[in-house]
Amino acid sequence: MAHSAFLRTFGKHWMKPVTLALLLAPFLYLAVLWIMMLNNLPTPMGWDAVKWTHHYLGDTAIRILLVTLAVTPVRDITGWAPIALIRRRIGLAAFFYALLHMLAYLGLDRGWSLVKLWEDVVIRTYITLGMIALVLMVPLAVTSTNGMIRRLGRKAWDRIHWLIYPLAIFAVAHNMLMQKTLWQTEPTVHAAILAVLLGWRVVRWGLGKLKRPAEVAA
Amino acid sequence: MELKFRRNTDYQDLSTEITPEKIFIDRRKLMAAGGMLGAGSILGALPACSEPQGAINAPAGASDHPKPGAKLVAAKSAFAVAEGPTVEDAFAGYCNYYEFGTDKSDPARNAFLMTTSPWQVKVEGETDAPGNYAITDLVDYKKLEERVYRHRCVEAWSMVIPWIGVPLNSVIAKLKPKATAKYIQFETYHNVKEMIGARAPVLKWPYTEGLRMDEAMNDLTLMAVGAYGKALQKQNGAPLRTVIPWKYGFKATKSIVKIRFVTAEPKTAWKTSNGNEYGFYSNVNPKVDHPRWSQASERVIGGKGGFNERRNTDMFNGYEKQVAAMYAGMDLAKNY
Repeated sequence: MAHSAFLRTFGKHWMKPVTLALLLAPFLYLAVLWIMMLNNLPTPMGWDAVKWTHHYLGDTAIRILLVTLAVTPVRDITGWAPIALIRRRIGLAAFFYALLHMLAYLGLDRGWSLVKLWEDVVIRTYITLGMIALVLMVPLAVTSTNGMIRRLGRKAWDRIHWLIYPLAIFAVAHNMLMQKTLWQTEPTVHAAILAVLLGWRVVRWGLGKLKRPAEVAA
Repeated sequence: MELKFRRNTDYQDLSTEITPEKIFIDRRKLMAAGGMLGAGSILGALPACSEPQGAINAPAGASDHPKPGAKLVAAKSAFAVAEGPTVEDAFAGYCNYYEFGTDKSDPARNAFLMTTSPWQVKVEGETDAPGNYAITDLVDYKKLEERVYRHRCVEAWSMVIPWIGVPLNSVIAKLKPKATAKYIQFETYHNVKEMIGARAPVLKWPYTEGLRMDEAMNDLTLMAVGAYGKALQKQNGAPLRTVIPWKYGFKATKSIVKIRFVTAEPKTAWKTSNGNEYGFYSNVNPKVDHPRWSQASERVIGGKGGFNERRNTDMFNGYEKQVAAMYAGMDLAKNY
């Protein structure tokens, strides 16, 4: 694919800072809402601002996680390789929001009691799933630097980061189990998008297996 | 001429007759005008809205109860909560009334289409006084009292609400239940033209709830027609609803159109939909968790800017003294 000068300039100079700003925007928005709330101004968070905050952080984390998983398909379909350079920072942002999501729950709902949080992890399936997803994100976040890629080698690094597939499934399952009725559609939409993104990889992997013998023959 | 109405029961079958919204709203205005003038002929020309029916004992129109928002005079009662009532905007704007949508802000936006006058309550089952009643037949407006109760939702939030109503037992006394009546069942108004959320099968409509007779007769149980000094707003269950302060909020029935005395435990809406999470009793109990969350504490609604303080949930929502005896010897974890 021929790429325009604009796209080249954008990829080289703008893509990374613009992505960073976009990824931080939901956090800044939430910060503004909380400042307004604490000054007794009405906000879109409504009368149940704590619950709204939990859902907002959780939804943001899951959506950014889905965007992370969309980067590779977009690269392969458009052929625009530079987009892969922002994949790690998008994934890190997903971890950032997931961590805030857990901390908000721990602080605002469980009174910073790790014991109470652990009870939830043990008793409640959806919290177990969410916590597993968050814990699995930790090694990914820790190894997200250039230095770690170099130190581990591409192969070992890829093997660790393969964890994004199961953890995304756990995260979306955590989200699905929160529904009171199936008519609250957002978790279902998240699950459908995840199914497409993972399905695309399965199909690509299947096609690769089919192609290889033919290439050898040629 | 005597006007007779049949409401609420047959709307499901009228889906082919759905009226375009404009005409529908015009009809509503006509009906309102007709009601004021007592012009029976106009009403009689609207087959979808009124049909002659057999024996009923309600007065013509049955619309002499106060309109939503009208000022009510009520005697203060001894029931109070230390913190005082929640800010009224939160009560009016944060509602679970799935017939108007599943989001808490949906009912305040969507409830305006509901007709609350004329209104009749059908009473049937194990009773010596079956029939259709006007609200004013059931509720003695001269005996209204204001009771400030804590309202605890199963979703772990709470408010403090100054309800206006009469004890449900005073209503039941007028309805002469037979000795065979062991439970009382309530049904909410159901009309997909007026209730946008009821078009989706979120729950089995009409919304059905019920109580054991002794629970219904308990002095705490209210038949409410108002709150905050006014007749109930539509999103809060106008024109009349039950209030059972020691149970989770969904045990109350809003916009009641049917009362049935029955011999067996009624099939209630949330228990039917998800019996593992919502039981028939649903007494507020900090020691019995919802499968997905703890009930040990609650988010207080109506805080500064919408922020929620947390408070520890009280056994039976703070009404242990008045109600605990009814459940003596019962395993409350099993009978959740």
